[in-house]
Amino acid sequence: MGRFILRRLGVMLLTALCLTFIVFWLTNLYPNLEKLAKTQGNFRMSDEAVTSYLTREGYLQPLPVKYGQWLGILPGHVFTDDEGKTTGRCIAREQLPEDAPRFCGVLQGDWGYSTVFKDEASNIIGKRLGLTGWLMLAVMCVMVPSALILGVLAGMREGSRTDRTLSTFSIASTATPEYVSGVIFIAVFASSAFGLKWFKGSATSAMDDITWANFTLPVITIALYGMGYIARMTRASMTEVMTAQYIRTARLKGVSFPNIVMKHALRNALIAPFTVIMLQFPWLLNGVVIVETLFNYKGFGWVLVQAAGNNDIDLLLGCSVVAVFVVLVTQLISDIGYVFLNPRIRIA
Amino acid sequence: MDPLSWGEIIVQIFIRFTPVWIALITTFVISIFYKRKLGLYGKLFDSPIGMTGFALVMFWVFTALFADLIMTHDPLFQVSGMKNKVPGTPMSSAGGDDLFQYYLLGGDNLARDVFSRMILGSRVVLLIAPLATVFAFMVGITLGLPAGYYGGKLDTVLSFLSNLVLAFPVILLFYLLVTPEIVQTGLPTFMAMFLFVFPLIFLVILFNSRYFTQTTKRNVLVATVLIVGGSLYLSTISQPGTPINFLPPGLDMFDIESGILIVFVSVVFVNSPTVFRIVRGLVLDIKTRDYVAAGQTRGEGPWYIMLWEILPNARGPLIVDFCLRIGYTTILLGTLGFFGLGLSSESPDWGSTINAGRRLLSVFPHPAIAPAIALMTLVLGLNLLADGLREESLKD
Repeated sequence: MGRFILRRLGVMLLTALCLTFIVFWLTNLYPNLEKLAKTQGNFRMSDEAVTSYLTREGYLQPLPVKYGQWLGILPGHVFTDDEGKTTGRCIAREQLPEDAPRFCGVLQGDWGYSTVFKDEASNIIGKRLGLTGWLMLAVMCVMVPSALILGVLAGMREGSRTDRTLSTFSIASTATPEYVSGVIFIAVFASSAFGLKWFKGSATSAMDDITWANFTLPVITIALYGMGYIARMTRASMTEVMTAQYIRTARLKGVSFPNIVMKHALRNALIAPFTVIMLQFPWLLNGVVIVETLFNYKGFGWVLVQAAGNNDIDLLLGCSVVAVFVVLVTQLISDIGYVFLNPRIRIA
Repeated sequence: MDPLSWGEIIVQIFIRFTPVWIALITTFVISIFYKRKLGLYGKLFDSPIGMTGFALVMFWVFTALFADLIMTHDPLFQVSGMKNKVPGTPMSSAGGDDLFQYYLLGGDNLARDVFSRMILGSRVVLLIAPLATVFAFMVGITLGLPAGYYGGKLDTVLSFLSNLVLAFPVILLFYLLVTPEIVQTGLPTFMAMFLFVFPLIFLVILFNSRYFTQTTKRNVLVATVLIVGGSLYLSTISQPGTPINFLPPGLDMFDIESGILIVFVSVVFVNSPTVFRIVRGLVLDIKTRDYVAAGQTRGEGPWYIMLWEILPNARGPLIVDFCLRIGYTTILLGTLGFFGLGLSSESPDWGSTINAGRRLLSVFPHPAIAPAIALMTLVLGLNLLADGLREESLKD
C-alpha cells in the first residue's frame, strides 16, 4: 500500500510538472506576450517598445529558464537599465536590489503578480477559492444525498415503474448541461417574462451574504448535471447487489424488504458511487466555471476565465496548478478509498 | 395583423416541420416492418426508450437535412422593428410582403428570426459533432489497440499522455487553444496535421492487414485510400493565411473556415484520450480469449488480430459509447459557443446563440431558450438511444 501511494505521488508530481510546463509554454508564445505588453503599456506600442518591455520584464529569456524561475529553482530575473536602476522578478517595488531574495518561485511560496487585478496571484486565488468553496459545499450537500437516494430507489426493484421513471429522469439530467439548465432556470424563476420572480438571476450578492434567493439557482444548476450520472452508477451497483445470493437468503429467511435494503444491500452498493463522486470533482470545476460566468458569481471559475481571456500568465498558472491539483488528488483519493472500502482488492 | 397566440404558434411550427414528419414516419414504418432482418438496429424498435431516443435524434438529423425548407427567414436577415419581439409577432411593415409574415419564436437582439437560426444551428451542430466523434474514435482506436495488445513501455507512455490530457481542465484547455493569439502561431493547424493523419493510418492498416495475402486487391485498396484520403488530408491542412500553406491554389480543393477547424481540432483532442482508455480496457479484456490465442497460433499478424478479431468483438460497448460521445461533443461545442470561443458570433450554432441571448435573459428569455431546448432534446435523444442500444445488445 505504501509503495503504491508513493508511486502514485511520483506520477502525480510528474503530471503536474508536465501540465504546468504546457500552460507555461502556451501562455509564453510570442503573440501572447505581445498582447500582454500592449495591454500593460498601450495598444499603439511600436515593435521596439514591445521588445524593450519584454526584455525588461524578462519574458524573452529561453523557455526552460523562465519556467525554472517561476518554479523557484533558478535565480530570479534581474535587469539593469541604462540609468543603472535595477529591477527584477524578485525585487518588490520599494525594495533595494541587495535586500531582495535570489529565488522567488512557487517553491518559495511566491506565486507571482497578476497583471489584470494588480495584486499578488496567491491573494486572489485564495480569496476566490474561498467563495467557490461555499458553492462547492452547497452543491455537494444537495447533489450527493439526492443522487444516492434516486439511485437506490431506482435500483431496489429493477424494471419496476419507479425504476423506469427515475432512470429517465437521471438520463434527462445528464443530458442537460449547465448552460442550458441555468438559462432555463433564470428564464422561468427569475425573469419578468414568466412572472415567477422567486429567485435572483444573479449571484453577485451571494459573495457577501448567501441567501436562499441568490444562491439556490446556481447550486441547483450545477447539482442537476452531476446528479444524473452518480444516480445511474448507484442504480447499476444497487441492481447488481440486489441479485446477489445473500440478499436472496435474507429474503428467504423472512427479513422485511426495507430492512434488506438498509442493512444488507446499501453498504455494498455504495462502493462504486464513492469512486464516481470523487471523480466528479474535476467535472464540478467545469460546471463551476460555466455557472459562475452565467450567474456572475466572482469565484475561482470566474477568475480562471478572466485570467485566460487576458493572458495573465502568473494568475493563469496559479489557477491551473490548483485545478490540476484538484484533479490528481481526487483521483488518488478515489483509488485509495476504493481499496479501503473493498477488501477484495489488494494492491501490492 | 394580430400576433399569434401560443396555440397558433405551435400549429404553425408543426406545419413548418412537415418534411421532417414525413421522413420520420417513413423511416419508422420501414424499420418496424423489417425489424427482424435489421440486426441490432432492428432490435432497437423493441425498446420504447431506444425508440424515443432514435426518434429525437432522427428529428434533428432530418431537420438539419431539410433546413432550407423549414426555415422561414434568412438566419442573418435583420428586419427593423423586430428587435427582441416576443414569439408570434407579425412582421413589421419594413419586412415587405414576400417574406413569411411572422417571427414564430420571436426576434433576437439583432432583430433576426430565432426560429430560423435554431433550425440552421442544427446543421452546424450535426455536422461537427458526429464527424469530430468519428475522428476521436479513429485516433483512440489506432492508439488504444496496440497499447492494450502489446502492453509494456508503449502502453505506459501512451497511458501517461492520455492521463495528462484528461487531467487538464477542459475549459482551460479551450481557452489556451482557441484564442486568436494562439491561432496566429499556427498551433491548431499543427494539431490538425497530427490528428487528421490517424484516419488515414487506420484505413491503410485495416485494408493492408485484411488483404495481405491477396496482393493485387490490397494494392488497389491501399492506393485508393492513400490517393483519395491523402488529397483530402492535404487540402484540409493546407490553409491560406496560416503557417501551413504549401499547396498551390489549383490543388487545394477546399478551405475550411478557420474557426470551424479550430473548434473541430480541440473537440477531437479532448475526446480521443477517453476513447483510447475505453479501447485499451476492452482490448486488455478480449486479448485473453481463446479465439485470439487461436489466431496467434494460426500465424495471423498482430494487426489482423487487433483489427479483425478483437475490434469486431468490442463493437457493442463502442457503439454505445459512440452515441453517448456525440451527445457529449454537442455539449462541448455548446460550451465553446457559450464562452464565445472559436465559431464567429454570427454563427447560428446553439452554443453561440445561447451566449448571445443570455445577456438579456431576465427581460427577453426567448432567444436563449429556443436553442437551449433544441440542444437538450438532441443530447437527451442520443442518451436514450445509447441506453436502448445497451439494453438490447446485452440481451443476447
